[in-house]
Amino acid sequence: MSFPWAQEYKPKHPLMQWFDERLPLPRLVYNSVGAGYPTPRNLNYFWNFGSLAGLALVIQIVTGVVLAMHYYSTVDGAFNSVEHIMRNVNSGWLIRYAHMNGASFFFIVVYIHMFRGLYFGSYKAPREMIWLLGVVIFLLMMATGFLGYVLPWGQMSFWAAQVITGFFSAIPLVGEPLRQWLLGGFAPDQATLSRFFSLHYLLPFVIAGVIILHIWALHIPGSSNPTGVPVKKEEDTVPFHPYYTAKDGFGVGVFLIAFVIMTFFAPNFMGHPDNYIPANPLSTPAHIVPEWYYWPFYAILRAFTVDFGIPFTGIVIIPAKLMGVLAMFGSILLFFFLPWLDTSPVRSGHYRPLFKKFFWFGLIPSVIILSICGVMEATTTWLILAQISGAYYFAHFLIILPLISRIEKPLPLPGSITEAVTGKPLKEAAA
Amino acid sequence: MIRFFAGLIGLFFSGMLLLALFDTVYLGITEPAEETAEHKFYEYPKDVSFAHDGPFGTYDRAQLQRGLKVYEAVCAACHSLNLVAFRNFEDLGYSEEQVKAIASNWLPTGGEVPSINPDTGEPSTRPALPTDTIPSPYANDVAARAANNNALPPDLSLITKARKNGTAYVYSLLSGYTDQEGYKNDAGEELLKEFPDAAAGAGLYFNPYFKNLNIAMAPPLSEGVVTFDDGSPATVDAMSKDVAAFLAWTAEPKMEVRKKTGWAALVFLLIFTILAYMSYRTIWANQKH
Repeated sequence: MSFPWAQEYKPKHPLMQWFDERLPLPRLVYNSVGAGYPTPRNLNYFWNFGSLAGLALVIQIVTGVVLAMHYYSTVDGAFNSVEHIMRNVNSGWLIRYAHMNGASFFFIVVYIHMFRGLYFGSYKAPREMIWLLGVVIFLLMMATGFLGYVLPWGQMSFWAAQVITGFFSAIPLVGEPLRQWLLGGFAPDQATLSRFFSLHYLLPFVIAGVIILHIWALHIPGSSNPTGVPVKKEEDTVPFHPYYTAKDGFGVGVFLIAFVIMTFFAPNFMGHPDNYIPANPLSTPAHIVPEWYYWPFYAILRAFTVDFGIPFTGIVIIPAKLMGVLAMFGSILLFFFLPWLDTSPVRSGHYRPLFKKFFWFGLIPSVIILSICGVMEATTTWLILAQISGAYYFAHFLIILPLISRIEKPLPLPGSITEAVTGKPLKEAAA
Repeated sequence: MIRFFAGLIGLFFSGMLLLALFDTVYLGITEPAEETAEHKFYEYPKDVSFAHDGPFGTYDRAQLQRGLKVYEAVCAACHSLNLVAFRNFEDLGYSEEQVKAIASNWLPTGGEVPSINPDTGEPSTRPALPTDTIPSPYANDVAARAANNNALPPDLSLITKARKNGTAYVYSLLSGYTDQEGYKNDAGEELLKEFPDAAAGAGLYFNPYFKNLNIAMAPPLSEGVVTFDDGSPATVDAMSKDVAAFLAWTAEPKMEVRKKTGWAALVFLLIFTILAYMSYRTIWANQKH
């Protein structure tokens, strides 16, 4: 893998040499994030978000492990144990607020990371596997986020568990038994809380494992870049260290500033007040909403209000509820097929005039509108908006993207990364 | 093949959504949502400011002490404060001795907390200690409901975080009781003329700051119900504000150290980020990108 001009690891210290000969771990690090990894020289700030997502996972694991030391996963003790952490554990409020806001920041950076992939065509050959693993990570994150939200056993925790596991009951025949099997009972209770805690502790390490595969797959073709033009010569690249370690360091600073502002000065801004009410199975909140990072998908779920059947006969083939659930999962699962839906050979959206229009004026507004619809009460106006933007969302990925890949005339691409940066063509040395 | 099936699935989902769209529009026209009394007459919490607002805000200790006094004399007759211990009152500026005195003279329970008689094992009480949490006025939820017309007075420890804009909400609710007869909203519509069914039933009291307009809690505050040691006026408005500030503290007792730590972290990170930016620029100085 990598490029022939990649620098080779030469241990300076005899101890490192001794170590490297027996276990080439220093070599692995050097070739992954050190000077041994040639990286395109023209990466913009969007390329900072991969390392930031890694940092966010580390923050979540470190704070989470400490929280687990003080948390009780019992239906009677969970809520009060969180308040015990907030009030009596030394700096417990900091650990808990960092974990709570860290989850949101993890999703913020991952959404920007995904946006980068979508706009700059990072999912295209030869990087399909990186993208597929990324979708797996995203699904695992959504599961982990949901499981974690249930743990404080507040009103929204309980009713989120009720609603989300309720999705499975829409599946014909096996739905209801499946739901009971997932919950360990007829409704969320002690069995549910215990298993959710266990899985919430497990999944982040699964995510870490898939991230290793994600980065491994990345190092086969190397990083993409904003022009989408592949690396041709050494001039097109710089060693990852010190160039991108320095740039990532700056990105980390900006990320942490934003994180600290929210965690210390508006820690509950991204939460829901109802989760400070202990879970009460007998009192349904007036308005159940998931965490903000699920809003677009929740809007898609609720937008399906009509059964699919044979008109005028009353025969229902797919009930609206099941269709909503299928569409909600489908809206994420379609990412698995994206590399084969968008067949344009040009990666970067910069050079794709038609793609760019649909991306900025279609996809982005529809996702934003869906997000807002997901948090609003399902009144006629919001339902209409969700249905229009939901229809566009599916059409964009499944119909429009394959079509524009065929008819679009891409703009001329720069001859090389160096040419795009310096304006001078790359010198064609005699091969 | 993938693209063919994807197109079919896309057509199906988008088509069903457009069908649902027609249905929604049709229903919206034929069966428009009826406006409810809550919808038209609910009032959002009043604009009110506290010493602890903003990134530099700290609690006003004198106000919290007044709020505690109101809570002890009025609220604690029905509402528990499970997550707060007497010892926490040292944060309000009381000395250890004063906290002991507060615990042993705790008004709603006569300074006693539930216990077990060490000789007989029978339920009994013992004098409250600073380590005890504030005793609930009722033995259990059933007793609480029985004494309150079947309404359960919620625990107040987290109330300002469990409601949107909670501190202002508590203040508005406590100071917002008004006559329902002839009540008009800002648009000049009269509640009982528009919605005669919204009239408060037996045991309910009208309050436009409460979600469904009629609350089971009787107006708890009246002028002069407590006498403040610092001579502050005991108007309903002032007491509502003091109690709201006190409950902001019970919900977020670590707020001051949180903001202080936040500023330290920010200053550190600002320097770190500037240095990181400078090293980034230095390293890239000779590299056009």
